[in-house]
Amino acid sequence: MSSTESHPPVVSMRGVTKRYGERPAVDGLDLDVPEGQCFGLLGPNGAGKTTTLRMIYGAAQPSAGSVSVFGLEVVKCAREVRARLGVTLQDNVLIETATARENMQIFGRHYLLDAETVARRVDTLVEFLQLGSHADMIVRRLSGGFKRRLAIALSLMNMPELLILDEPTTGLDPNVRQGLWSRVRALRASGTTVLITTHYMDEAERLCDRVVIMARGRAIADDSPGALISTHLAREAIEFDCDEEEERRFLAGLGNGVPHLRAGNRTMAFADDASRLQDALRDLDGGDRRPIVLRPANLEDVFLSLSGTRLDEEG
Amino acid sequence: MDLSFRHAWSVWRRNATLYRRTWKLTILPNFFEPVFYLTAIGIGVGAYISGIGGMSYIEFLTPGMLAVAAMHGASFEVTYNVYVRIHFEKAYDGILTTPVGPDDILVGEVLWSMTRSLFYGGGFFIVAALFGLVPFPGGLAALVVIPLAGLLFAAIGFAFTIRIPTIDVFSFYFTLFLTPLFLFSDVFFPIRERLPGAWLIVAEALPLLHPVRLARSAFQGEWGWVALWDVGYILVVSTVLLEFARRGVRKRLMS
Repeated sequence: MSSTESHPPVVSMRGVTKRYGERPAVDGLDLDVPEGQCFGLLGPNGAGKTTTLRMIYGAAQPSAGSVSVFGLEVVKCAREVRARLGVTLQDNVLIETATARENMQIFGRHYLLDAETVARRVDTLVEFLQLGSHADMIVRRLSGGFKRRLAIALSLMNMPELLILDEPTTGLDPNVRQGLWSRVRALRASGTTVLITTHYMDEAERLCDRVVIMARGRAIADDSPGALISTHLAREAIEFDCDEEEERRFLAGLGNGVPHLRAGNRTMAFADDASRLQDALRDLDGGDRRPIVLRPANLEDVFLSLSGTRLDEEG
Repeated sequence: MDLSFRHAWSVWRRNATLYRRTWKLTILPNFFEPVFYLTAIGIGVGAYISGIGGMSYIEFLTPGMLAVAAMHGASFEVTYNVYVRIHFEKAYDGILTTPVGPDDILVGEVLWSMTRSLFYGGGFFIVAALFGLVPFPGGLAALVVIPLAGLLFAAIGFAFTIRIPTIDVFSFYFTLFLTPLFLFSDVFFPIRERLPGAWLIVAEALPLLHPVRLARSAFQGEWGWVALWDVGYILVVSTVLLEFARRGVRKRLMS
């Protein structure tokens, strides 16, 4: 783990297991979220991300191991911990029959904020999340993007030191996603620690200083996105369709030890300068001009190489 | 037990804020329901009944109906409304991301159900007073029975709602539990005079008889030792069921 941080980690999990019946949803997880960073928890559906978050804010209790947040043991100090963090759940929890502003006021009272503070925070957040024109509309009439922004506004009512976002942009339009990313960056820049779960690797690469990849309740990698890619694979990739027999021949021709992955009928090979691979493959393919995609390597490749599972498959 | 009254109060205020939007829709039926009952059963049916224990039938009926109104006011809140908040709105999942804890949610909801029972029972009380059926000032003591009945039926309903697997089970609760209580708990006729001894024991164990008897004592201004048993029953049974509900809340919301 990162030893250059001068502050203790905001979240620290040690040997955490959570079982539902026989099945462990989280299985011996160690995790440190450093202060002031945007930290990503990545993995396919069912990897244990949401369960991990629930243990962090004290809505679920670990079957074994310890979870501490802000240096406090969550099991013992859930109320204190939750007063200092904010959570946006995967599914928006909004009062559909009330206005956006009323939703924020009601949430503010759960943090025991006085009326004046609530009014001030609501104004600040309406501006920060650009809810202005819709603040007094009944939530039921709001679009998905506005509802998501309102859900995030609720979790910021207490000006949290740690903001937890569970799949913040799933199901949203690309422009709405971009807008939310800029808000997350702004929060991080102002010193808020952000813990985000996503199964979108592009989201993690754009936002996160550091990511943990989870599969089957375990952490299988933990580093910055760039370091994960260069450690496990290389900076660039070529991708092409071929059968297994062809793949053997091509890989032998590309030179020993080229990192490669196979998913379905598709082969990916990695190098810091993948155009070299592309040229070599052209020489080997007997002039059939099969389509070759040259692209930057990404976290999805890392995930595939680590787990042998595609992210859109069940972990 | 980890209760913070201020956090519980924020749950109460959440409900009160939302109720402000719809109270006009509920207050009218709230007002007319007792008018219909008192008119139809009291004046209509009652005209064929010479009287019960020196009272006219409508005088006998009114305090029982007051307890029933309080029972219904609390019951609707902790059954359908709480179920919807748990399973459809996921409201408690949202609230549990704030410093509000599961015990605060339970207490906030029970206080809110008692408030609803006050609206229902209070509405009935006012209508009954307008009909000239409330003896003053003694009858005012019956106002205390409303929150007691509210507490009892909030505890029963919440303990039930937190553990049921599907919303359809509420038809059992209303038809097979509340309706027989309503019909056989001294509201419409003195059960002591009409029902076999075995049922009298069962009725003592069931919840509605106690608030009915307390309300009738208040209206008649005749208090006996049995009132202590009635109040004791309400407080003890409520406490036991709230503890049962408390465990259910943790199991349901925090697994």
